[in-house]
Amino acid sequence: MPQILVEDLVKTFRVSKRQIGLWGALKGLVAREHIFVSALDRVSFAIGEGELVGYLGPNGAGKSTTVKILSGILVPDSGICQVMGRTPWQERIDHVRHVGVVFGQRSQLWWDLPVIDSFELLRDIYRLSPTAYQATLEEMVDTLQLSNLLEIPVRQLSLGQRMRCDLAASLLHRPQLLFLDEPTIGLDAVSKLAVREFVKKLNQEHGTTVILTTHDMDDVEALCSRVMVIGRGRILAQGSLRDLRDQVTRERRLIVELDPDYPREYIAETLPQAKLVKWEGSRAHFSFDPTEVTPAELISEISGHFPIRDLLVENPPIDEVISRLYGELQL
Amino acid sequence: MNTKVYRAIIRLRFLLLVQYRAAALAGISTQFMFGFVKVMVLEAFYLSSTTAQPMSLQQAIGYVWLGQAMLGMLPWNGDADIQALIRSGNVAYELCRPLDLYNQWYARAIALRVAPTLLRAVPLFLISLFVLPSRYSLSVPTLSSLAVWILATIGALLLGCAITNLMNISMLWTISGEGIIRLLPAVVTVFSGMTIPLPLFPNWSHKILELLPFAGLVDTPARFFTGQLDPNQIWLFLARQLIWTAILIIWGRWLLARGLRRVVVQGG
Amino acid sequence: MKDSLTLYLRYVSVSMRSQMQYPASFVMMVVGNLVVNAVEFLGVWALFARFGSLRDWSLPEVALFYGMVHVAFAVSEAAARGFDILHRQVKSGEFDRILLRPRSTVLQVMGLEFQLLRVGRLSQGLVVLLWALTNLDVALTPIQILLILAAIAGGALLFSGLFVLQATMSFWSLETLELMNVLTYGGVETAQVPVSIYRSWFQNLFTWFVPLASINYLPLMAILDRPEAHTLPVWVPWLSPLAGPVFLLVCLQVWNFGVRHYHSTGS
Repeated sequence: MPQILVEDLVKTFRVSKRQIGLWGALKGLVAREHIFVSALDRVSFAIGEGELVGYLGPNGAGKSTTVKILSGILVPDSGICQVMGRTPWQERIDHVRHVGVVFGQRSQLWWDLPVIDSFELLRDIYRLSPTAYQATLEEMVDTLQLSNLLEIPVRQLSLGQRMRCDLAASLLHRPQLLFLDEPTIGLDAVSKLAVREFVKKLNQEHGTTVILTTHDMDDVEALCSRVMVIGRGRILAQGSLRDLRDQVTRERRLIVELDPDYPREYIAETLPQAKLVKWEGSRAHFSFDPTEVTPAELISEISGHFPIRDLLVENPPIDEVISRLYGELQL
Repeated sequence: MNTKVYRAIIRLRFLLLVQYRAAALAGISTQFMFGFVKVMVLEAFYLSSTTAQPMSLQQAIGYVWLGQAMLGMLPWNGDADIQALIRSGNVAYELCRPLDLYNQWYARAIALRVAPTLLRAVPLFLISLFVLPSRYSLSVPTLSSLAVWILATIGALLLGCAITNLMNISMLWTISGEGIIRLLPAVVTVFSGMTIPLPLFPNWSHKILELLPFAGLVDTPARFFTGQLDPNQIWLFLARQLIWTAILIIWGRWLLARGLRRVVVQGG
Repeated sequence: MKDSLTLYLRYVSVSMRSQMQYPASFVMMVVGNLVVNAVEFLGVWALFARFGSLRDWSLPEVALFYGMVHVAFAVSEAAARGFDILHRQVKSGEFDRILLRPRSTVLQVMGLEFQLLRVGRLSQGLVVLLWALTNLDVALTPIQILLILAAIAGGALLFSGLFVLQATMSFWSLETLELMNVLTYGGVETAQVPVSIYRSWFQNLFTWFVPLASINYLPLMAILDRPEAHTLPVWVPWLSPLAGPVFLLVCLQVWNFGVRHYHSTGS
């Protein structure tokens, strides 16, 4: 039995249409028009215990609606949703006890007071035993390096520091399931790495199931064994990153660094089986299909014509893969 | 800045208020209820005594309705956008522009008071003039009373916006500003006549109350509309309103200059 | 139950410490609240100075009404503040966070804020109340004093019920919230004088629909020597403080319904 089982989830919202102009506004005083927005259109998926899943999709695709339903905040119009054997919205308090949620843009900490006060308040809210709380707190402080942050009022923390504290706060009650909504948004590089490391370790050592909603492809690449892409209320693609990449393209990249003084005009023509995608300073990026020409062939071809300083073979950037996927799925 | 811009601000604000139709209705209903309670209490008090009073019950009732109708004009709060500008420190950028900041804020205050007043005043006037039974209604004024009321209302608008601007400017001093924002509305409410009509305060206090700037906000126009004040007194009262307006504008400009210098020195 | 109380006390402590983070600002706000409320009483006092009495009610009697309702309202303003500001949480989506925690929504909303500055209205109400009690013609027995205290407590629960209703309304429409001011602030203004001075339909509204009369008018019928008291059955004044808690319970049912509705429609 998977930890999360979702079948044919449907959710529609009613939105009132505001009318433009003075006449429209006065008309609006009397009668309002409504339109129906389909947020989820028969969404189905299953997630096993201990998985680290990335949930991708353009804005408005239905990601936050799904997360809200899974966390028990929202009730779908129809469909089945079982999380850890419960229907989230029907058994809110029991369900929520085992779930942690981190919103990248909204902190759950009490703004004007030191971080530790928020933690202690959460301890009382979740009715944690003092020993369990102490043990978990120590672990969080250790792995997230919070020891010199605990006495600082939350409003004085930097975004990176606050995010680490929010992560700790969401895990004090040792949930089996963690939802991360844009956790690295706006963070500096060091903080991003810290957050990613932490989430990876959490998943590996504690077996916490993690559902990561993000636009940051580096997050996805670093963390997710599995990815789901949602668009216009439907799950459009599922699988590992590699599967997804292969679905969109088998293409690979060859990046060649040349001597900057060397004339570049003819380089594109020396590799007819590869396409010159772009220049980056003195580096040429080529794209090729490995089933038609091997990297070795390309390398020997180009090194025969040009003095090469450095070269690299890699997959196309995941950003491109995803945007191409959106494009193909007409999102 | 030119009038086209301010017309646009009024229009946009009006549109915004009309969009939130439920809010508009709720606001009018709330004010109507408050007015009604005050009117009933006043009636009960008047029935308790037979001595002559500075104003008749009918005038007092009319006064209350006028206060409710023109509530939008009271300097109840500062301009939220300006406050946000000051709090964020971005007000320093305004200094880079070759515009007179005081005038800008003042004109803005006028535009932002006119829109909600229009929206609420019209229904409240209609109800209190024509819908309510005569014992609780606002009496229709004579033409001369109406004419001087219009003048007094313009005076009240100018005065009210000068006070609003002072509230905005006081925000440049964080702590005192917050204090003023909290205290001034209460002071304004009582001394403008919104709590009870000023003529009903003890006789010995009348001269003092009339000389305070706040009387010009509600008391002066209301007394002219209801006829409690004779129309040919308009010049005296209008002069009081305008003198206070001038004093408050001059003081406001001086404070603004000092306040901005402070912002620049402290780095916002 | 006990740990809910402990949690609430912790919430109050957190709230108070948050408010006192800015001590100068906080003092300013308390002083401000004191001034605001004192200055409103000026109006009532002025009317008495001019007219001598309100119908046939003396100033100490009216002051008793005034003091009781303001004390009750101040307590409810402070304690039910979370419900008063809930519309902000609903608008910003912060209410979701409350649903994500395994505790009662009512407890958590109450814990949002305990507004200390309402001590301004509270102290003004107490001063007026004490003045009234010491200047009344009648001498009060201990059990009558208990009745007054019970009535004030019931009043605080009644007003809290109104704040709960207001918060529930924010699930449906943020625009019409202002209407509740009619019952809260309007209610205070209405009940600060004896409700018998109003037209009978108005009196009935505030006795049966929103039982404001139970805060001061009805209980005081057992204490003040008034002709109106004889028309009421003897038990009415003594049981009237129960109207407040009953009203609150009804409002809490409406709240639960509102939360279920919120579940279904999102923010």
